[in-house]
Amino acid sequence: MKSIVPILTVVAAIVAIWYAGAFWMNSKWALEQAERNGVELSIGEVFKDAMTQERAILPAPHQVVAELWKTTVEQKITSKRSLVFHGWVTLHATLWGFALGAAVGLGLAISIVYLRVMDMSVMPWAIISQTIPIVAIAPMIIVVMTLIGVQERLVPKAIISAYLCFFPILVGMVKGLRSPDMMQLDLMKTYSASSLQSFWKLRLPSSMPYLFTSMKIGIAAALVGTIVGELPTGALRGLGARILVGDQFGPPIRIWSALMAASILAGALVATVGLIQRITLKRMGMAR
Amino acid sequence: MIWLAFGLAFWLAAIWVNTSIARSPAHSQRWARVFVPTLFGVTVLVVWESLVRGLGVSPIILPPPTAIATRFMAARDILWLDFVQTAVKGGLSGYLIGCVAAFVTAILVDRSRFLQQGLLPIGNFVAALPIVGIAPILVKWYGFGWESKSAVVVVMVFFPILINAVQGLKETDAMQRDLMRTYAAGYWKTLLKLRIPAAMPFVFNGLKVATTLALIGAIVAEYFGSPIYGMGFRIQSEAGRLSMDMVWAEIVVAALAGSAFYGTVTLMEKIVTFWHPSQRG
Repeated sequence: MKSIVPILTVVAAIVAIWYAGAFWMNSKWALEQAERNGVELSIGEVFKDAMTQERAILPAPHQVVAELWKTTVEQKITSKRSLVFHGWVTLHATLWGFALGAAVGLGLAISIVYLRVMDMSVMPWAIISQTIPIVAIAPMIIVVMTLIGVQERLVPKAIISAYLCFFPILVGMVKGLRSPDMMQLDLMKTYSASSLQSFWKLRLPSSMPYLFTSMKIGIAAALVGTIVGELPTGALRGLGARILVGDQFGPPIRIWSALMAASILAGALVATVGLIQRITLKRMGMAR
Repeated sequence: MIWLAFGLAFWLAAIWVNTSIARSPAHSQRWARVFVPTLFGVTVLVVWESLVRGLGVSPIILPPPTAIATRFMAARDILWLDFVQTAVKGGLSGYLIGCVAAFVTAILVDRSRFLQQGLLPIGNFVAALPIVGIAPILVKWYGFGWESKSAVVVVMVFFPILINAVQGLKETDAMQRDLMRTYAAGYWKTLLKLRIPAAMPFVFNGLKVATTLALIGAIVAEYFGSPIYGMGFRIQSEAGRLSMDMVWAEIVVAALAGSAFYGTVTLMEKIVTFWHPSQRG
């Protein structure tokens, strides 16, 4: 934990830059306003105004934190104004998408490791699929889902986030399942282990470090997918919808607080996977 | 019915051909490595076409590939205009600015161990955040033109490239740096001749990840406001009008642009890092 001081320094620097930016961008409006009213503002007054504007171009950090506090702690969780409520909607879709993506990634990885024909035909397309910007497909998935009668918004969002998160898991697991070396595979043979047994007892356990590393990337990607799924067409609930509504109707600070909430959610998700990783690897005797 | 039977027959035949190629000793040859995935892709298209025709799926839900191809050819002008607006003006310009900015930052950060220790974990964390959400803010700041798209792309590609470049610059070992010292090479000479080339495999990892992010950023930013052309704008408005063949044609453009972009960077990687073990062999 010796890097805690440098990290805090960098965070402090970022906050300082943010404040400076907020002052620079918001002071213009404050000065214009003052000129219209025919008052001279001292530099201190301009600063004070720039930090407290309600519709600031760039809200100051403390304003965002205050808004975040107001929309989480001071609201009922079930209220539509509560970010906890919207965060839950997003989290729900993210977890479904992640489960779907992980299942697809895992299934494909196993078949790719065991069947050469899958390796040869699917793997190149899996790579190409990642160069296609999925967001291009998001509005269409949502419209088509509504057309075939799936009213639940969860389904299209989960599909989009699954598309984004299956690939890291696929690549990681292919690497992981292939990580046992010839010697170990031969040993399983001399024990006359069936291929199912060598999968459960050798390949799967030795792929665990790879699985968790790729799951950390995957869950972050799944959250991005869900938020993108909420952005394009008038979703009403979820952090992405909050960003959209903040953009179109509300004060900009709503976008910032929703973004902040999304970042906290992303951090929490990655940290949770990291925690499960640490516990699992420790119990398997693989902790480093 | 005849379409469904044809699709099924084609599918089974393709499985049989691919499986036999994969089982035969020819599987490691170059033509097999190209042929097998190509046949897979063609099969997907044929099955798609025959399912849509055989089951009479409405073109509003899923148009057949032939309809998409027809539309693609008919709307080439519009598609080209959209491509230039989104991929070139928004995506590519932002990508280049972001790359240069990240690389310069990496070299500055590299001089201080303290900054490295602080920036790397934060960069890793930021790279996992849903930064696309910043798009509406930047569109507000920089207007509906391509400049705002470019700005979104800069923010999105910055951190993945930064962390990869910082990591790459640490890649040389003490022995190599000592050798440069015995050659009486100064900081800049060591940087140019040893450390930047050694960092290139890492940098290209970041550059490759960033190609997709750049297109995603440019397209998403258009959902929040754009002139009446551009890929994101077109996809959203045509999806709203239920002309799905146009949406798919635009997706084809996005796929082509994304693959070409990624392919170009990979090619450059091959040329620049020809010495790296992963590129030999």
